Amino acid sequence: MAAGVATWMPFARAAAVGWLPLAQQTMPKPPVDKTSRSDEILFVNVSGLRFQTWKNTLDRYPDTLLGSSEKEFFYNEETQEYFFDRDPEMFRHILNFFRTGKLHYPRHECIQAFEEELAFYGIIPEIIGDCCMEEYRDRKKENQERLAEDTEAENAGDAPLPPDATLRDKLWRAFENPHTSTMALVFYYVTGFFIAVSVIANVVETVPCRPLKGSIKDLPCGEKFSVGFSCLDTACVLIFSCEYLMRLYAAPSRCDFARSVMSVIDVVAILPFYIGLVMPENEEVSGAFVTLRVFRVFRIFKFSRHSQGLRILGCTLQACASELGFLLFSLTMAVIIFATVMFYAEKGTKGTTFSSIPASFWYTIVTMTTLGYGDMVPDSIAGKIFGSICSLSGVLVIALPVPVIVSNFARIYHQNQRADKMRAQQKVRQARIRMAKKGATNAFLQHKEDGGLQDGGDGDSTAFCVKNRSAFEHQHHHLLQCLEKTTNHEFTDEITYSEVCMMDSMGFRTSRSTSLSSQQGSTTTCCSRRAKRRAIRLANSTVSVSRGSVQELDTLHVTKTPVGTQYPQSRSSLNARTEDLKLNCTDYTAAIISIPTPPANSPDESLPNSPAIPGILRNSRSSTFNTQETVKISSL
Amino acid sequence: MGAVMAALSLEARRRLSRPNREKVDSDLELSIVRHQPEGLDQLQVQTKFTKKELQSLYRGFKNECPSGLVDEETFKTIYSQFFPQGDATTYAHFLFNAFDMDRNGSIRFEDFVIGLSVLLRGSVTEKLNWAFNLYDINKDGYITKEEMLAIMKSIYDMMGRYTYPSVRDEAPSEHVDKFFQKMDRNRDGVVTIEEFIETCQKDENIMNSMQLFENVL
Repeated sequence: MAAGVATWMPFARAAAVGWLPLAQQTMPKPPVDKTSRSDEILFVNVSGLRFQTWKNTLDRYPDTLLGSSEKEFFYNEETQEYFFDRDPEMFRHILNFFRTGKLHYPRHECIQAFEEELAFYGIIPEIIGDCCMEEYRDRKKENQERLAEDTEAENAGDAPLPPDATLRDKLWRAFENPHTSTMALVFYYVTGFFIAVSVIANVVETVPCRPLKGSIKDLPCGEKFSVGFSCLDTACVLIFSCEYLMRLYAAPSRCDFARSVMSVIDVVAILPFYIGLVMPENEEVSGAFVTLRVFRVFRIFKFSRHSQGLRILGCTLQACASELGFLLFSLTMAVIIFATVMFYAEKGTKGTTFSSIPASFWYTIVTMTTLGYGDMVPDSIAGKIFGSICSLSGVLVIALPVPVIVSNFARIYHQNQRADKMRAQQKVRQARIRMAKKGATNAFLQHKEDGGLQDGGDGDSTAFCVKNRSAFEHQHHHLLQCLEKTTNHEFTDEITYSEVCMMDSMGFRTSRSTSLSSQQGSTTTCCSRRAKRRAIRLANSTVSVSRGSVQELDTLHVTKTPVGTQYPQSRSSLNARTEDLKLNCTDYTAAIISIPTPPANSPDESLPNSPAIPGILRNSRSSTFNTQETVKISSL
Repeated sequence: MGAVMAALSLEARRRLSRPNREKVDSDLELSIVRHQPEGLDQLQVQTKFTKKELQSLYRGFKNECPSGLVDEETFKTIYSQFFPQGDATTYAHFLFNAFDMDRNGSIRFEDFVIGLSVLLRGSVTEKLNWAFNLYDINKDGYITKEEMLAIMKSIYDMMGRYTYPSVRDEAPSEHVDKFFQKMDRNRDGVVTIEEFIETCQKDENIMNSMQLFENVL
């Protein structure tokens, strides 16, 4: 629960007076607050810096170190203060959290130190306020990345292999970390050499060499020394294929390896050769084949395994992909606009080069990037005007401070990201709120099942099965119980509710519900209240029992368990309560007597067996029915 | 091209900043409106709290509402946190009206503390008076069936969906009928303050439960 809520608890409880005239049942007794109510100032000494605060301030968050009894471990009797041997500067922020309810992240502090302090004082970092949350998250991400890099660098390869490494592992390691062994290094350099050779061969192939004897035309070297070049190409491809297959064999996860970028590059680099082998010597197909040879240039990308810089460039491009995409998109927009304008402006000119809008694209791009080839030039006045506007705006786009635009894009991008982050944070916050609500509700339901409704507060017997609950929780639960009594309905959780809904739809409950509702007008004595509570709880169980009466008994038992952990406790509390019943209520002697009778096979048959006691006939009947059914279950 | 982009972004920025400026103005306004309560001694006279209790109450109040005033939205938010399963806003609205004695849309510390004093330290008659004031939505001295139905519905709303047995739609009106059966002596369809107090004083349960919240503070 939020901090301020604790302050308003007395008010909420006082306002419950408004329910009292409407209540149909008597209200439960309020929790006895044994602690002294008067507020006092506490002294907290953190490494010499003395802080003072009200006790109430610290009590606002009972699940932290300072708000719970855990701080008693740090109490110094001689100086009558709480002494913590921690950072006093950080403690200021912690204490401010208690005072204001908002946790702020100090920007000048190291994020890990801050987190350690929070962990010590029992505060989860997720409650950092919105003002500081983004900064905190960014710093945390940065830190984590740095840590990950460090650990990766540590793990990556300098550690010796475990002695039982298979050939696969050794091979993989050799591939990934060439400096580990001499063989790997040799292999690394050899492949690098062949990549270079292959790329240079592709380039030199197209250079015109001196023509053959007897012909005038210049030949590209590739055709002159076609045998040599094809041998070279074949050798390179063979080496690359071997390398690829070995990597594929050595990879710990073949699917992941096959999907990685480097392996795709490898495949693309060697594929044209194999396709060329497969393809027939056909005129039209060889045209396509020639295009495929272009892909051989991708072999240069294989260098990225050898060069760290290339990899970083690739990562950067990947990271900026969306920004670059937006830049491209806006440029495209401008190009289309100006191309359209120029086309229509130049439409009237005779023999114009602006034959269509796509043709004008070329002019726009060349003009905007201030290249100005001059192959397309506007003639008409309107064309020249728009052409000049085009080139000026091109200057603005590119020649003016590119960093400013880039940073603007970065800012807008971050703004959008912030909007997305805010939305994501909202979702997280809503989820947290929902969980907190559910937690509060579950705590209350658990408290009820733990027998928290016992009159007279015999706290001793329930002490060991009830966990230490703060005074605030006691009061809150009491408030919720008062509301239950006023409306004569009980809080349950989703599971029970949906089960009950199923029962409604199956119509088993109709008789039971009328019998229960008839009890509402009855006089509220302690016994009937207690019995009604049990009846309600047992009606839950009987409902599922009657549903399963036609099923096997063991499946009956199985269907009981999802109704909740309340089950074993209700059984034990039922056993405990029968004693009380015998002592306090004479009305239910009938119930006690009928327990030893052998349970009937079907629920309906048992009904007429119960003795007819006037006045509370329905009460006893339903309870005997219930107790009998419970006995039946316990015999499973 | 750049001019186009700049123009577009300017427009967007202007549109974004315009509502901000308005909000800033209204924020300024709200922060000027502040309230300081009457002196401690005066409040001690008006309520039945001791000085220490008043101090502690004010500290908590001021911490939550630094401006010294609680508006209805804040009130609803605070009260809803106590009832996570249901919807407490309608009931909080009625409660707000019961505390806001001068009907100016905000609760000052005096209203808060005077109300609490009646609820925690007042006599049974005073508490019953307060409850009657809560139920009487239009403060005309009579509780009609519609008013009671509205109050009852808002209370049942606080229970939420997951209850056992599940709240049927007729439950609030049945409850109201029972209430009127008990309270409305002369069967004229409304409950006056005298009928209310008389009936409550005769009902043992209500009288016993009135002492429940004495030790809240």
